[in-house]
Amino acid sequence: MIYDNQQISLTKEHWFAACSVEDAVINGGVCVKHGNEQIALFYFTRRNEWYATQNLCPHKKQMALSRGMLGSKNEEPKVACPFHKKTFSLVTGQCLSGDECDIKTYPVKVENGTVFIKVDTKEP
Amino acid sequence: MKVVVIGNGMVGQKFCEKLLSKSISNLQLTVFGEETLAAYDRVHLSSYFAGKTVDDLTLQPVKWYEENGIDLRLGDPVQDIDRDKKTVTSFDGLTLTYDYLIFATGSAAFVPPIPGVDKHGVFVYRTIEDLNMIWRHAPVTKTAVVIGGGLLGLEAAKACLDLGIKDTHVIEFAPRLMPRQIDEAGSEILIQKLKDLNITTHTGKNTAAILGNEKISGMIFTDGSILSTDMLIISAGIKPRDELARACGLTVGPRGGIVVNDSMLTSDENIYAIGECALHNSMVYGLVAPGYEMAEVTATRLAGSEKEFPGFDMSTKLKLIGVDVASFGDPFIAGEEAKTIVFRDNHQGIYKRINFSNDGKELLGGVLVGDADAYNMLLQICKNKMALPPDPMDLIIKGKEGKSDAGAGVVALPDDALICSCEGVTKLDICNAVTESGCETVDAIKKCTKAATGCGGCAPMVKDIMVHTMKQQGKMVRNVLCEHFDYSRQELYDLIKMKDLHSFDTVLDELGKGDGCETCRPAISSLIASLWNELIVKKENATSQDTNDRFLANIQKGGTYSVVPRIPGGEITPDKLLVIAQVAKKYNLYTKITGGQRIDMFGAHVSDLPLIWEELIEAGFESGHAYGKALRTVKSCVGSTWCRFGLHDSVSYAIRVEERYRGLRAPHKIKSAVSGCIRECAEAQSKDFGIIATEKGWNLYVCGNGGSKPQHALLLATDLDSDTCIKYIDRFLMFYIKTADPLTRTATWLNKMEGGIDYLRNVVVHDSLGIADELEKEMQTLVDNYQCEWKAAIENPEIRKRFNHFVNAPQEKDPTVQFDTFRGQKKAAEWNKPIAVS
Ligand code: SRM
Ligand SMILES: Cc1cc2nc3c(=O)[nH]c(=O)nc-3n(C[C@H](O)[C@H](O)[C@H](O)COP(=O)(O)OP(=O)(O)OC[C@H]3O[C@@H](n4cnc5c(N)ncnc54)[C@H](O)[C@@H]3O)c2cc1C
Ligand code: SF4
Ligand code: FES
Repeated sequence: MIYDNQQISLTKEHWFAACSVEDAVINGGVCVKHGNEQIALFYFTRRNEWYATQNLCPHKKQMALSRGMLGSKNEEPKVACPFHKKTFSLVTGQCLSGDECDIKTYPVKVENGTVFIKVDTKEP
Repeated sequence: MKVVVIGNGMVGQKFCEKLLSKSISNLQLTVFGEETLAAYDRVHLSSYFAGKTVDDLTLQPVKWYEENGIDLRLGDPVQDIDRDKKTVTSFDGLTLTYDYLIFATGSAAFVPPIPGVDKHGVFVYRTIEDLNMIWRHAPVTKTAVVIGGGLLGLEAAKACLDLGIKDTHVIEFAPRLMPRQIDEAGSEILIQKLKDLNITTHTGKNTAAILGNEKISGMIFTDGSILSTDMLIISAGIKPRDELARACGLTVGPRGGIVVNDSMLTSDENIYAIGECALHNSMVYGLVAPGYEMAEVTATRLAGSEKEFPGFDMSTKLKLIGVDVASFGDPFIAGEEAKTIVFRDNHQGIYKRINFSNDGKELLGGVLVGDADAYNMLLQICKNKMALPPDPMDLIIKGKEGKSDAGAGVVALPDDALICSCEGVTKLDICNAVTESGCETVDAIKKCTKAATGCGGCAPMVKDIMVHTMKQQGKMVRNVLCEHFDYSRQELYDLIKMKDLHSFDTVLDELGKGDGCETCRPAISSLIASLWNELIVKKENATSQDTNDRFLANIQKGGTYSVVPRIPGGEITPDKLLVIAQVAKKYNLYTKITGGQRIDMFGAHVSDLPLIWEELIEAGFESGHAYGKALRTVKSCVGSTWCRFGLHDSVSYAIRVEERYRGLRAPHKIKSAVSGCIRECAEAQSKDFGIIATEKGWNLYVCGNGGSKPQHALLLATDLDSDTCIKYIDRFLMFYIKTADPLTRTATWLNKMEGGIDYLRNVVVHDSLGIADELEKEMQTLVDNYQCEWKAAIENPEIRKRFNHFVNAPQEKDPTVQFDTFRGQKKAAEWNKPIAVS
């Protein structure tokens, strides 16, 4: 168990069940719907790590990052947008190719075969 | 030391960078900018219309100024200067004292006093805000006029075309275009070239008034003629922004510009002026490179060292897409002082003129229109007074086929040759970056020296110098893939084959390090596909494919995809046409006949792709691999079955060829065509391999290319029978697949091949390497392994699942996808609408 139930009820933050581990794509991403929000969920199988970011690529405002390609720069895990290959750190959300805006990241955890993502507010 | 800079344009920003690099202690740097945006790349302003964003153009983000302790005050112009008290006061009322004041106020567009210039629809072309206003006006514009046929005017005219304004005119007062750079004959060719782009030129015309009530409706000229128009862009020259300098009593020139000496000092010893607002030796420089040099001089002097501005060369190259124009040195010098050679090709629209000294030893200047490839080299020869070849004509006539003299060119350059004039980087600086700082890529050199980071025109030369220096050092110039693999593509091909590796991860484990990236994943995936021709979307490899291969369709603006079924040779039955029509209607797809003789359906939601393909496959279609680095189309002309000139049945042969190589993965896409006779209606000589019928059989051409650098294919073998022709193509393609770098088309591959077409012919036709049998066998294996990947995909539920947009709501489509209607069909919604600034 990574979190403590008490704390959750105190803050507005909320873990929601996104999908099952089998639904995720090996070394790739899927798009998760949370209300009107689109979240890109990545299963970096090679590193055995999970990440989640906004699905919107800030470059041309395309809902595309979940279809992006995973990789690393030095040791930092990153995703490349399929449109123009701008890359973003999966850890910090920082844009790694120049001055483009950074993206939002979300904490992820896996419990009993289900993938949870932590968001700011409960489903609207 | 308190330094205040007025103006945050290109030169003002560069000055900040240069001053910081001098590490002056106790520096307090304040910058006032009138525009609300941090300094941006004005030189590439027009690319804003071609999709670049404000962010792309911004030189340094606001964060950078903060991090370096610069107090940047945007949207707050300086309004008053008290030179006795040494203070400036801004529009917002802030008053600051300075030790040194720097004018970097640039210039404004010069607007001639024509009656009516204040009407709605009249613009200038200088800032991003100007461009936003033009953009907003464009949708209601049918005809646009640009006043001014100089460098900037022509750029503005091209921008009008890019905005979709079909009817664009350029008005020039002088009898020719670009009067300051090119001569009469060059102008004639340029006018013809512009006409091909749909830009009408009117020279020797003087505007009398602008017509219309509130909004512009037309223009009347001094000769009485009238031109109706909805938009006017004035680009008649620049006017230095010296109003503030004038008001505080600094000396300004009779026609404007803040007078400076060789130290960039104005008439006040604490005030400098740099960039386009400065008047040096009666000259205002309307280019960025001299401005950067002025910034360097001023920064150096503030740091306590000596440096002077020597004046600057005004050579220029126009960035218009589709028309090359350049001039260097003294383009006009003639008569007794110089000899001139002119090369003119009216048919291709090429004009080149070079002027050299009477003794034939020195290049003095010249003009290039239609083909400016030689510009960089000529400029260097001219500036460095390098020796000319015995026949100077060789300088402007393309070297003999396949032989490039670029490598030889850089060797002859002296060490102090200025390669990047924007950043003042010499040949020696670049050599040192290689030998001392260990730079081995152009990117590394850019970081280390800043060369090629300005206008970028010198990038090819920087690369040549780098490669040459590395070779001199005995370093192997290796095209390693990326940080994860220390091998070239060709080495990897052999290793993957030898070790029998079938997935990206196993290749990475065995041969690489780290986790891969967007460069090596698709490259390795393409190798694996070329080697084994297994299903490209199989589980462990799917996410290492470029997005188009991963979803077996080309991604489009907005995130929808296109669907292109194979139509071999361009032949299709009416029944199959009906199926395409039905599918397109059912899934609401935009349809278009492509340039490759087939039909593209655009705008499919990702989740509709399997459904669409299910219907197409049911009707006998298969994937057209329009998304893959694979064989695309084999175009055909109608041939001997109908055409009265046809020698053989080109359609049947095209179908045979297309079906043989369909789905073949290669370093880049491959295209082909078959023509039934020498009239060449299928354009086979522009293809990667092209086949033309002769009386006795087929002629085989290879390594042609359309695209941005068109190149004709070269004749490989003549009068072949159908089977031999296939055999040669097998060998040719397999040799290409095994030896080319990633994303290299056959034309570029051949251009880099030592020995050129003769070598290739020896390998393919005369089997000089003794590998012909092996090549043919390998190709046969790939041909035998072919399967339609869409068929495989729809039959596999695991793979089908991946085509849902939402993993947790598979039945829902992406609600952000939007379309507009357009000529009775749909189109993708624009993704780069102008954003409002201020
Ligand atoms: C649809 C089509 C334009 C049309 O409406 O006619 C087209 C559309 C695209 N072309 Fe093309 N090209 C099309 C014929 C051509 C041709 C003409 C031909 O094949 O005879 C050429 C010049 C010939 C050549 O390639 O040598 C051509 C030269 C290019 C190039 C430049 C290649 C080069 O070597 O410079 C690119 C860019 C690239 O591949 O990197 C490109 C890339 C593209 C892409 C894939 C750009 C992209 O990544 O989105 C376009 C996507 C289409 C889609 O989503 O389906 N397209 N493209 C044509 C499809 C033909 C087909 O049936 O498959
Ligand atoms: C469309 C276009 C294409 C061009 N193409 C090329 C090219 O290909 N090659 C080339 O070499 N050059 C080119 N140029 C010219 C190049 O952009 C200029 O030489 C360069 O920008 C000059 O830099 P600057 O800093 O002197 O002036 P600017 O970039 O104009 O910056 C001056 C800044 O000072 C501000 N300012 C003015 N008064 C005040 C005040 N009182 N207080 C505060 N701020 C003030 C202005 O608003 C402006 O932001 C092009 C220009 C344009 C417009
Ligand atoms: S030329 Fe080809 S790549 Fe360019 S816009 Fe047309 S279809 Fe797209
Ligand atoms: S839209 Fe993502 S990189 Fe351009």
